[in-house]
Amino acid sequence: MSENTVYEDIKGVEEELMRCMKCGNCMAVCPVYATDRSEGSVARGKLAIAEAVIRGELSPEDPEVIDLLYNCLVCKSCMQNCPTGVNFDKIMLGLRSAIVRKNGLPALKRLIFKVVKNQSLFDRGMKVGALLQSIAFRGSQNNVALSPRSPFALAGTAIGFDSERLLPKISSKSFREQIGDSIKVKDSKTKAVFFTGCSVNYFYPEIGFDLIEVLRENKVDVLIPNTQQCCGIAMFVHGDVETIKTLARANLDAAENSGAKSIITVCGSCGSAWRHEYPEILSKDPEYSEKAKKWAERVFDISDFLLNKLEYREPQGEVNRKVTYHDSCHLKKTMRVFKEPRALIGKVPGVVLQEMTKPDACCGSGGSYVLTHYETSKSIGSRKISDINNTGADEVLTGCPACIMQLIDQIGRFGKGQKVRHYISLIAESYRREKNKEAQYV
Amino acid sequence: MEKKTIEKLQRLLGEQNVLTRKVDLVAYSYDATPDIARQIPDVVVMPNRAEEVAEIVKLAAGNNFVIYPRGAGTNLSGGTVPLKKGVVISFQRMNRIIEVDLENLTATVQPGVVIQDLINAVSPHGLLYAPDPATVATATIGGSVAECSGGLRGLKYGVTKHYVMGMEVVLSDGSICRFGGKTVKNVTAYDFASLFVGSEGTLGIVTEIIVKLIPAPKFRRSMLALFKDIEDAGNAVTGIIKNQVIPATLEIMDKATLETVEAYAKVGLPTNVDGLLLIEVDGMCQQAVDIEAEAVSKVIVQNRGELKIASSDQERDKLWAARRAALPALAQLSPTTVLEDATVPRNKITDMIKAVREIASKYNLKIGTFGHAGDGNLHPTIITDARNKEEMERVHKAVDEIFEAALRLGGTLSGEHGIGVAKIRYLKDEIGQSGLNMMRRIKQAFDPNNIFNPGKLIPTEEN
Repeated sequence: MSENTVYEDIKGVEEELMRCMKCGNCMAVCPVYATDRSEGSVARGKLAIAEAVIRGELSPEDPEVIDLLYNCLVCKSCMQNCPTGVNFDKIMLGLRSAIVRKNGLPALKRLIFKVVKNQSLFDRGMKVGALLQSIAFRGSQNNVALSPRSPFALAGTAIGFDSERLLPKISSKSFREQIGDSIKVKDSKTKAVFFTGCSVNYFYPEIGFDLIEVLRENKVDVLIPNTQQCCGIAMFVHGDVETIKTLARANLDAAENSGAKSIITVCGSCGSAWRHEYPEILSKDPEYSEKAKKWAERVFDISDFLLNKLEYREPQGEVNRKVTYHDSCHLKKTMRVFKEPRALIGKVPGVVLQEMTKPDACCGSGGSYVLTHYETSKSIGSRKISDINNTGADEVLTGCPACIMQLIDQIGRFGKGQKVRHYISLIAESYRREKNKEAQYV
Repeated sequence: MEKKTIEKLQRLLGEQNVLTRKVDLVAYSYDATPDIARQIPDVVVMPNRAEEVAEIVKLAAGNNFVIYPRGAGTNLSGGTVPLKKGVVISFQRMNRIIEVDLENLTATVQPGVVIQDLINAVSPHGLLYAPDPATVATATIGGSVAECSGGLRGLKYGVTKHYVMGMEVVLSDGSICRFGGKTVKNVTAYDFASLFVGSEGTLGIVTEIIVKLIPAPKFRRSMLALFKDIEDAGNAVTGIIKNQVIPATLEIMDKATLETVEAYAKVGLPTNVDGLLLIEVDGMCQQAVDIEAEAVSKVIVQNRGELKIASSDQERDKLWAARRAALPALAQLSPTTVLEDATVPRNKITDMIKAVREIASKYNLKIGTFGHAGDGNLHPTIITDARNKEEMERVHKAVDEIFEAALRLGGTLSGEHGIGVAKIRYLKDEIGQSGLNMMRRIKQAFDPNNIFNPGKLIPTEEN
């Protein structure tokens, strides 16, 4: 290969590292630091470790280095607070890629990602899971979530799978299988690709259906190419750059072949993969770099799409409810989408949006961080839930299924039974109520 | 360090509060100071109580290791970096607000409390803990007591030393001592609180602090003054003070800083001026604020300044965003930022600004000057690259001359960042040999075996 990105050659991060002044502003916002108050947890400390690795004083094969560098959710909060604009994600993921090149992925994760990489194996794994869950888990009242039943719970306590833990139910038939690959509306104004993401496809198909309903109300034809893959961000965050490249190319092909000019996402992480990660990792790819750049500008969170790419028809159905909104890290900090969901929520008749303190503080999910660092994740989650409790809201809305998963689990532990939903479901609910009201008058 | 000692520390504090992995130690080898020597400590300990600190100190005395106390490690003088192997005592986990006393207007805190957390805890009661260093969101009270931090409100509301009423410290023999308290008046014994504030961790280890709270001002007005010549801006600062108006904030930015801030933050600052003042007057009633604002306006106009008054909170926030962007914007320009805090009497601001300009041109360096003009505390900031040896030599010479200029104008080496290791070789220039001798005798009396933060603040014979 003629040229490398930092994900192939760690030397490239040196210039980036020089920009860290060690001012420590990252300490004010780092969720891991807020939990364990140790300098090695915060971005500044990790950058010092990175410097030592580059200087050869520490080895990327050292288990302690690996352990420390993986104790980060890559929520990018530090980057919002960094006075000199250090691209912390680039350094962190460059280092993790170097670790993976030398050591391979840590065993548990390697197993997870091997399944995800192979679409048919992933489908099967998810379906087997869907069958097994009725034996191993029990339902919770307010949310579509399950928690492990004893004796599974007992065995699982060590990694957080105790009887209090609420996990998402796995859909027995995936969203994409249920919906098909094209939904046409009468008098359509435009068409767009819906990139579903794995969480919606397997765990929360109702978000997908709600999205379709909202788009129908706004006269948008929806294409759901069945060649779309996982976005790959979870693998990338763990340093598996080869897998995300493979997935990115397949997704770009799917977009190219769709004939649409826009992609809609309902997941902050999926959206930021298209917007930020694909152009980065494919920047030296002769065939795909231009495509990645092109589609980075054509991907929109659904709120952005509705408000800025269409003439949005405001729903009229009244929903008398007090809600609060949690900013997904990737949606706000990478996609820069935070005003639009609030604007949508604010336009629903009857809804009161009560902001929590620090709505953009990380919830502790971090994709699979929650699997590998459950105790820290739980502690981060407990602070979030306390902020949610203080709002007195009955419902928590957010723009990312991974956050939904985490919030449901943590509300089960620390909350007051608040319902957790994607904000698009509230919009869909308002449209449905509008129609029901009309039906009453007929 | 002997394994036995580490095991003792683990038994004392619990294993989770004793960090020994090399990766963790590397993360305690720095603070926010550029261009200084540093060392990786043997071990980092995180106590929760004064008694634990006392036991650590006893262990140090008995086993001949040295101690580096540390809050959040945000200081700019090398006050917390380990210079030799030894133990870092981190107060990050000793961070409880013990009491907010609404009847006596005091707060009692552990040293690891983040300043902003204290401010947040008292503000619902209409109270203010006034010292506000730029790092207020991360720095700890303990660290700011050790360094006697200042901040933007310094000229009207004072600095850390004006707010410390009493404290608990662990002395070098491991005994615990309390002095001062909640009384406004207290002349019992020496004024130990004053001695420990700004002692940079060299005399003892502070384990609890009683601070004064004040009623938060209810009205304020922000103004921006633009000058075609920065000397006029400097003269306006002197003029405002001479007119007996003490603004809550009186900040200056020179052309180099302005241009950089505007390019970086795009907050709508004018770049066709030579200097700018950011002024805020505040008070308990609207009338007093109006009178002060009127007086300030007159002085600005007299000094050929163009005045802009913030008409809304958004406009005010925009002005403050510009001021806060000063350092980050300058730091964006180049990998290394050398930030000084030489301070002069308020009527010498103009002379100091001129001196810094001359030094910048003499050594062909980019120096942006901004800072707390109202209290004479400027931050000439040199934009450089530590990897460029030749340029760093010029930087060092320029720093020497900046200090020389400050002292010549009747000022001081450091207004608020401390001496630490970064300015230790200049200390004698300000306090003379007799001053050095006094420092050494005080250090000898409190810490005869030199276990507390050795190598900081007090020059040894060779320095």
